[in-house]
Amino acid sequence: MTEEYIIDIQHLSKSFGGVKVLDDINFYVRSGEFITLLGPSGCGKTTLLRQIAGFVVPDEGRIMLEGKDISGIPPHKRPLNTVFQRYALFPHLDVFDNVAFGLKLQKLPAKEIESRVKKMLKMVSMTDYEDRSVDSLSGGQQQRVAIARALVNYPKVLLLDEPLAALDLKMRKDMQLELKEIHRKMGITFIYVTHDQEEALTLSDTIVVMNEGRIQQIGTPTDIYNEPVNSFVADFIGESTILNGTMICDRKVEFMGHEFECVDEGFGQNVPVDVVVRPEDVCISSSMEGAQFSGVVESCIFKGVHYEMFVDTDNGYELMVQDYDSFEPGTKVGLRINPDDIQVMRKERTCNTIEAEVEDGEHVSMLGCSWECRVPEGFQEGDKVLAEVAFDKVDLLDNQEDGKLGGEVHFLLYKGDHYHLTILTDDGDHLWVDTDDIWDKGDLVGIDILPEDIKIVRRNG
Amino acid sequence: MVKRSTWSIPYLIFMLVFVVLPLLLIVLYAFQDGSGRFTLSNITHFFSDSDSLSTFAVSIEVAIENTLICILLGYPAAWILANRKYNKSAVTVVLFIMPMWINALMRTLATAELFNMLGIALGKGTLLFGMVYDFLPFMIYPIYNTLRKMDQSYAEAAEDLGAAPWTVFWKITVPLSIPGVMSGILMVFMPTVSTFAISEFLTNNKIKLFGTIIQENINSSMWNYGAALAFIMLVIIGITTLFQGSEQTEAEGGVI
Repeated sequence: MTEEYIIDIQHLSKSFGGVKVLDDINFYVRSGEFITLLGPSGCGKTTLLRQIAGFVVPDEGRIMLEGKDISGIPPHKRPLNTVFQRYALFPHLDVFDNVAFGLKLQKLPAKEIESRVKKMLKMVSMTDYEDRSVDSLSGGQQQRVAIARALVNYPKVLLLDEPLAALDLKMRKDMQLELKEIHRKMGITFIYVTHDQEEALTLSDTIVVMNEGRIQQIGTPTDIYNEPVNSFVADFIGESTILNGTMICDRKVEFMGHEFECVDEGFGQNVPVDVVVRPEDVCISSSMEGAQFSGVVESCIFKGVHYEMFVDTDNGYELMVQDYDSFEPGTKVGLRINPDDIQVMRKERTCNTIEAEVEDGEHVSMLGCSWECRVPEGFQEGDKVLAEVAFDKVDLLDNQEDGKLGGEVHFLLYKGDHYHLTILTDDGDHLWVDTDDIWDKGDLVGIDILPEDIKIVRRNG
Repeated sequence: MVKRSTWSIPYLIFMLVFVVLPLLLIVLYAFQDGSGRFTLSNITHFFSDSDSLSTFAVSIEVAIENTLICILLGYPAAWILANRKYNKSAVTVVLFIMPMWINALMRTLATAELFNMLGIALGKGTLLFGMVYDFLPFMIYPIYNTLRKMDQSYAEAAEDLGAAPWTVFWKITVPLSIPGVMSGILMVFMPTVSTFAISEFLTNNKIKLFGTIIQENINSSMWNYGAALAFIMLVIIGITTLFQGSEQTEAEGGVI
């Protein structure tokens, strides 16, 4: 059924110098859709866009355009056009010639070129700028010319690589509206790359959230916001508090030391889960009437439309709350979260599971070095095993040299009463760590694990 | 605190003594006769002397030929050097630039010896060979510099708009590298006009260049006429520089 989709990406993978930038990417784009590839820098979204444009050749997988594989076709033969991040307007050509560039290559009659260029410049409100040199234009004007230059060729799909990133906030907001309007008028499929979640929510029909070369979630802006599938998406899109919880049974979840009703089912009984609470979904009041739990306001900041407060709950968790009313720090407040507003997510993992090999009765090798541990009876030298290490049993040290191996804090998540860190080791392995200490993204750390905290289990299969 | 402008005083003095003063002297000598009286005869002599004029014409011709050959050989070389696909290390760049580390006179002498050894008669061919050999790096380097610094996204944008690689080269790469080519022309054309050692060694003075007659006049103590010739050459250099336009100021080539 691939013909229904204008673009169909199948099992796309790409590595640069041994590092996997894209890992088995699959998604499709409907004709006329505004789809956004969203993710932090380095997540592979630009590489993916450049593969669709043809500048990067995929290692594996196919890119189908209207049912035909275009993976091997060079960029100049693809009926797609790109708006580049830095616009890349030709400095030796004026505005008219920049926009006419593609049409002239098609050897269209001069009359038709002129009328199409003029029509397109009118669409982007740049009518009187035809003879201007591109250097004399402001960032916003260059942006408009870049969009006109791409759209004038009536591409099947328009690719936009963070086109608004270089504009200031106010202009960015205006251009967002205009882009949406242009998309509506032209009816051309847009594939848009951005790291700005707000921009993605504003513009898109569909959002593809990416992280570390993988697609995390595909959905409409409301789906992605209201029902994130994992803690990464929840944290990346909008403000949220992500907490460890336990699904007691259907429609009943426990977190922050309290039981809450929720609407989720099918997780099983007493299953550890992640719980997402959006700050605007926490009801706060000065009376305890109707409250599920209590807390003390710790800080309160005016944010324009609402107040943003951090509340210490009765069981020692920190919760972000947004409300139109302000509550003085120190005030005791009653808090409530409605069942609809609790988003429960399956945990991706409950402990570190590391591939290891038995060296002798007291040592295994894993993560590129040898570790002391208690190898249970029944394992022999050279056995391939798995080592399990609880999140809170990985020690992080200030100096890389002090640890058994070095690593870098790659991603961090505040979980109400502790931090959940993703550590990228020097060899490129991931470790997940729960800690009360405060680290920043990019911090270099030493990693150590005590022998008794490494649990050796058999590998399946 | 010493003002920063005072630091420039030594350089100012140096410039006055070694640049401005000699220039003034050239102009002064050019408009004087042997006994120090003001005269235009040196200048008029040049324009009425068919020998000088033809030498001048030959010089310009050789300079143009040399510059053209340097562009034709140098542009592709610079393009290959600047292209990361073909040139993965800096070694190749150094190989191209290295001849410049050796004294030009020495290279020219060696080239002349080489021609003698191979039994090739010295003449215009050998002269051009020697000149191209001498000046090619000065053409390659500025072009290489502009190409290297050129934003790759221009080429990508052109390709994205439907331009095949060859079209991208002619419509984008070449026009955008013109400042580098201009810089290269400036660094090759003018020095070629005034060179004399190359023609002396590589043609045994069979072909005289403008530089040669200046040198001959000065050597035979005809200071005033020599100065007049030098003055005329300076004027031509000045005009060429102006002719190359204001974009020269932002040329990214640059002197080594």
